[in-house]
Amino acid sequence: MTTYPWAPGYIDDGDRPKVVTSRFHLEDSYTLERFLATGGYEGLKSALARTPTAIHDDVKAATVLGRGGAGFPAGTKWGLTPQGVWPRYLVVNGDESEPGTYKDRLLMERDPHQLIEGCLIASYAAGLSQCFLYIRGEMALAQERVATALNEAYAAGYVGKNILGTDFSIDIVLHWGAGAYVVGEETALIESLEGKRGEPRLKPPFFPAAVGLYGRPTIVNNVETLANLPWLMVNGPSAYTAIGTATSPGTRMVAVSGHVQRPGVYEIVNGTTTFRDLLYGDEFCQGIRDGNDLKAFVPGGGSAPWFTPEQLDLPFEGKLVGAAGSMLGSGAIMVMDHTTDIPAAALTLTRFYAHESCGQCTPCREGGTWLERVLARVVDGRGTYADLDQMFEIGESICPGTFPHAASTELGLAAAPFPYKMTTICFVGPSAYAPVHSALTLFRSEFEAKIVERKRIPVTAQAVGAH
Amino acid sequence: MTTTEPIIETDVPPADPNAVQVTINGVPHTARKGQLVIEAAADAGEYIPRFCYHERMTSVGKCRMCLVECDSGRGPAVTVSCMVPVAPDMKIDTQGENTKRMQEGVLELLLANHPLDCPVCDKGGECPLQDQTLSNGPGESRYVEEKRHYEKPIAISDIVYLDRERCILCDRCTRFADEVAGDALIHFSGRGNNTYITTYPDEPFSSYFSGNTVQICPVGALTAKPYRFKARPWDLTQQESTCTTCAVGCRTVVQSSKDELLRYMGVDSDPVNHGWMCDRGRFNFESVKSEQRVLQPMVRNGDSLEPASWSAAFAEAATLILEAKAAGGVESIAVIGGARGTNEDAFAWARLGHEVIGTPNVYSQMGDGLPVGLLGLDRATIDDAAHATTIILLGPDLKEELPVLYLRLREAAEKKRSKIIEFAPKQTGLSRYAWRQIGYEPGTQVSAAQTALADPAIAEQLGKGSVVIVAGRANLAESSAATIAALHTLLAAAPGAKVLPAFRRGNVVGALQVGFRPGKGGLDTRGTLQAAADGKIDCLVLLGADPLTDFPDTDLARRALAGARRIIAIDTFLTKSSSLANVVLAASAYGEKAGTTTNLEGRVSTVARQVTPAGSTRPDWMIATELALELGSDLGYGRVEDVTADIASKVDGFDGVTAEALAADSNGVLAGVPAGIDPINTVEVVVAERNAYDFRLVVSRTLYDEAVGTATSPSIAHLPRGSVLHLHPLDIERVGTTAGTDVKVIGPRSTVIFNTVADESVLRGTAFVPFNNPGPNVGELIDCFAAVNDVRIENL
Repeated sequence: MTTYPWAPGYIDDGDRPKVVTSRFHLEDSYTLERFLATGGYEGLKSALARTPTAIHDDVKAATVLGRGGAGFPAGTKWGLTPQGVWPRYLVVNGDESEPGTYKDRLLMERDPHQLIEGCLIASYAAGLSQCFLYIRGEMALAQERVATALNEAYAAGYVGKNILGTDFSIDIVLHWGAGAYVVGEETALIESLEGKRGEPRLKPPFFPAAVGLYGRPTIVNNVETLANLPWLMVNGPSAYTAIGTATSPGTRMVAVSGHVQRPGVYEIVNGTTTFRDLLYGDEFCQGIRDGNDLKAFVPGGGSAPWFTPEQLDLPFEGKLVGAAGSMLGSGAIMVMDHTTDIPAAALTLTRFYAHESCGQCTPCREGGTWLERVLARVVDGRGTYADLDQMFEIGESICPGTFPHAASTELGLAAAPFPYKMTTICFVGPSAYAPVHSALTLFRSEFEAKIVERKRIPVTAQAVGAH
Repeated sequence: MTTTEPIIETDVPPADPNAVQVTINGVPHTARKGQLVIEAAADAGEYIPRFCYHERMTSVGKCRMCLVECDSGRGPAVTVSCMVPVAPDMKIDTQGENTKRMQEGVLELLLANHPLDCPVCDKGGECPLQDQTLSNGPGESRYVEEKRHYEKPIAISDIVYLDRERCILCDRCTRFADEVAGDALIHFSGRGNNTYITTYPDEPFSSYFSGNTVQICPVGALTAKPYRFKARPWDLTQQESTCTTCAVGCRTVVQSSKDELLRYMGVDSDPVNHGWMCDRGRFNFESVKSEQRVLQPMVRNGDSLEPASWSAAFAEAATLILEAKAAGGVESIAVIGGARGTNEDAFAWARLGHEVIGTPNVYSQMGDGLPVGLLGLDRATIDDAAHATTIILLGPDLKEELPVLYLRLREAAEKKRSKIIEFAPKQTGLSRYAWRQIGYEPGTQVSAAQTALADPAIAEQLGKGSVVIVAGRANLAESSAATIAALHTLLAAAPGAKVLPAFRRGNVVGALQVGFRPGKGGLDTRGTLQAAADGKIDCLVLLGADPLTDFPDTDLARRALAGARRIIAIDTFLTKSSSLANVVLAASAYGEKAGTTTNLEGRVSTVARQVTPAGSTRPDWMIATELALELGSDLGYGRVEDVTADIASKVDGFDGVTAEALAADSNGVLAGVPAGIDPINTVEVVVAERNAYDFRLVVSRTLYDEAVGTATSPSIAHLPRGSVLHLHPLDIERVGTTAGTDVKVIGPRSTVIFNTVADESVLRGTAFVPFNNPGPNVGELIDCFAAVNDVRIENL
């Protein structure tokens, strides 16, 4: 087993291509010295030697998918900004807070220069005038490392005016979050950057590419997405697409937590690696803890609908996972073995989303808490059968129509594909419902068991003639 | 050889580029480009339920009540109808099963934590949440958890109370405060299910416009003190009317129950108030039911005023007038006031003064406006001003004196429609929205204007499009000459500019236009008071006028009232001035009399009689008619409609202002300017340099002051901020004192002791004191004949 005390959680057994974690095995990987010694800022140099359009074309050709959750191709996203509108911004979403996800934190802690280099390449390619790096409030070490790295980069002339002697200049501004999950939503992050309450913006306009930070065209990219760019610049798009599949090229970082032998962060090959490979493979999680049976797993962060062992052979490929009723999201896999109390597990997640609702729109603000309360009552053994139906009813008010779920042979259920419709402004509301819906759909008997228990009346209380 | 004949399609109209064809519930409908789905549906007669959406504010799409299913070619999609504009061939479904389920779902969720205390809620009966629950709700709630609890209610300002349990967090009040009023003093706090509206920790929601939030609250979360637990909506009767507190003339509804005035609500009049009102206009109806009202006529007996019958009072008044006529001729009789009544009141009194008594001395301004000739200039409407490329402010602080005009102009600047160039002796509410803010020392308006016009950027701006100059009296401690001269300087630089008179009193423009102005050789108010002080006035008629508190020069007012040999007062209260009268004729107040009023742009609209006049009070026009009869002339009026018709037939510019025209358009009718009002001419200005040891006095009105309507309305009576001396912080240092300390303010006539306050909005070298506020009377320092008033400030 290959782990490193300076990169807690990171495991790199096996011989797989490394795009973003190539320096994780080095203790001082976060220093400029080590970064430069291991090919750092070479991607930037090669990018600056070419035209922005050429770089943009490379990113498009490589189909670098967004790693934040939606999986939108970065090259296409950059192309959505209206031309000739100035200033235009890059906002880096380092507010990684999806339950189960802890990959961006490692990327920022272990290789901050790689991120900075990615920011510079993206800004150059998409013609952006300033970059804002927003890091989650709780990630103290990541903040410190990125700040130190940025100072080093400024001092060495990689960031600032006339970078590497060219006429390309850009400033990177750091911003710490104040601790709100919803700020991971890109428009809420922009609001927060502007100094307002971190509340998602109303749609339309649907994309910040047109109207973003301070009303200007803005590209919001995830940390991991940008961390891919230096490697891509050095090795070229064909090397990038040679890894993985045509629709999901490259690698991706996944964070596995829960009841596996070896939970941790892995850089896996996109598109071909299956969930079975990841959970049972020797170089990965090496199976379920204590030889237990797998009961369910969340394939893409706390807000994703759940999968059961039936979906284990699906690869990390957005379209296939979507058709199977869930999403890859932010690459967080949470594993539950057969000892898991499913209603309680659902409650943990739902409680989180209800708590993190910003409170703007009615269905999320009221529906999330209502779901949590009903579910808490059921978990507590005070629920009724009507409560179970009621949870679907509340969910229907948040997400009208069919909610995605996995197929189940045992229950005779066909998969309902992703995505869902929603009455809310952003995905926090549906996220509160997703665990409830999955758990109730796939494991209803466990909920009913809690209700049956409640109805059991102790024999002593039935004593004849008590009244 | 063949010729091609042009094809003429006569019966096909050209396609409207702004038309968008959509289908609403299967019925084709033509919507406008850019129109929101919710509005297009309303045009087609389909009301989509809503809470947060308000047509006068930005859409935020927060409540999610207006969700409908729309198909724009990619299949039915959940659509927020207040956010999404119509698209060609969009299929909008406001009634289908899916739409219905979404709306029921949102309503059930909104009601989940709503306390449902409708039986004790003031909103019950007129509550959008109630109404839409009935029309679009699920009929039954399945929410059995414990509801959210908060302290009920909390006062967020002196007038407004917030019940956070009832609040549905629609963002209407907060959006209004931020977007419309510019007083972002309330906002959300907390998050998720614990989100609530709050103020800053030590700062109440002390906005001049806070009452509007109560009106637009879609639930009973916000209530206003004057109406709390006073009535149920189904017990109210109401009529549309016009507020006459200031000259903006906001359209309102006046509501009463059991013959008692209970509430005013703003009506959305597109050319005037957009539905908004200021708090003073909204809440000063309390004065109408004040116990201090004069309920019957009174006649002086020695030192006291004693109740009398109307016939005895009229006989006494007539005697006073005839005696005066005999003693000093008609020139020795003067009528001042008349700006607080209706057009009918002013017209009847103008006829009584000019025709029956025969005096030219009739005037409705109180030395705080500009000469009547201002009305003879090319007049702008409020809409002209709010859509002008450039708005030049050369007048009072509109936020204090004409609050809803402030809202309109603020919106023009905020929406980047207009650029504001402000000339002011002190920063005003609009200063922060001004493109150029030019402070001037009183008396130096002309050079300030000339300097500004020499700036190429300003000259260029004036050439860019329409220009509206809002002109009025920015400073009561200065004659109007410099302002008039500066106005002409500006008009010369922007020849096509229109002028919006920033006259303050409710119906002052109406009174002046229908003839309540000096005849040939007649005196204005200042002239009248001077004549009275000189012993040349044998009978002074105060038609709702109170010179002792309202005229800037207190000393002159005092000498005038002492010098006038006979005084007749027509008033609703015994004021400082009317209590000196020989006869007091008890007048009906706003809400007790019908008629019409004219706002500053010349718009005539109706005023409603909603309650029975208090006591035996009568409207002014009726008093004039009776008094004329007593004097042997018949004005010919039996009903108020007779006067309205008489104005339409006799007054220039009012020929279109008929009862039918007023009934046809709630927004009223624009009256033209009578031929008798000549455009104001420029004047010579001679202002001495200020001595470096002196401070130049700036005195102006504040929204809340000791005006009788405010002072006798308990909810707002305590809101005047007080008569204190505002000095620039550096000037406080220069005087050698500290803020909060008493200082002596020494004028040529008198010395008054004021407390000081540091105020960066005051220019260095000037001293600002709000007029008619509780505390020392700044009027003692003002000489209304002086071009400017300079004072010395000394430590005690």
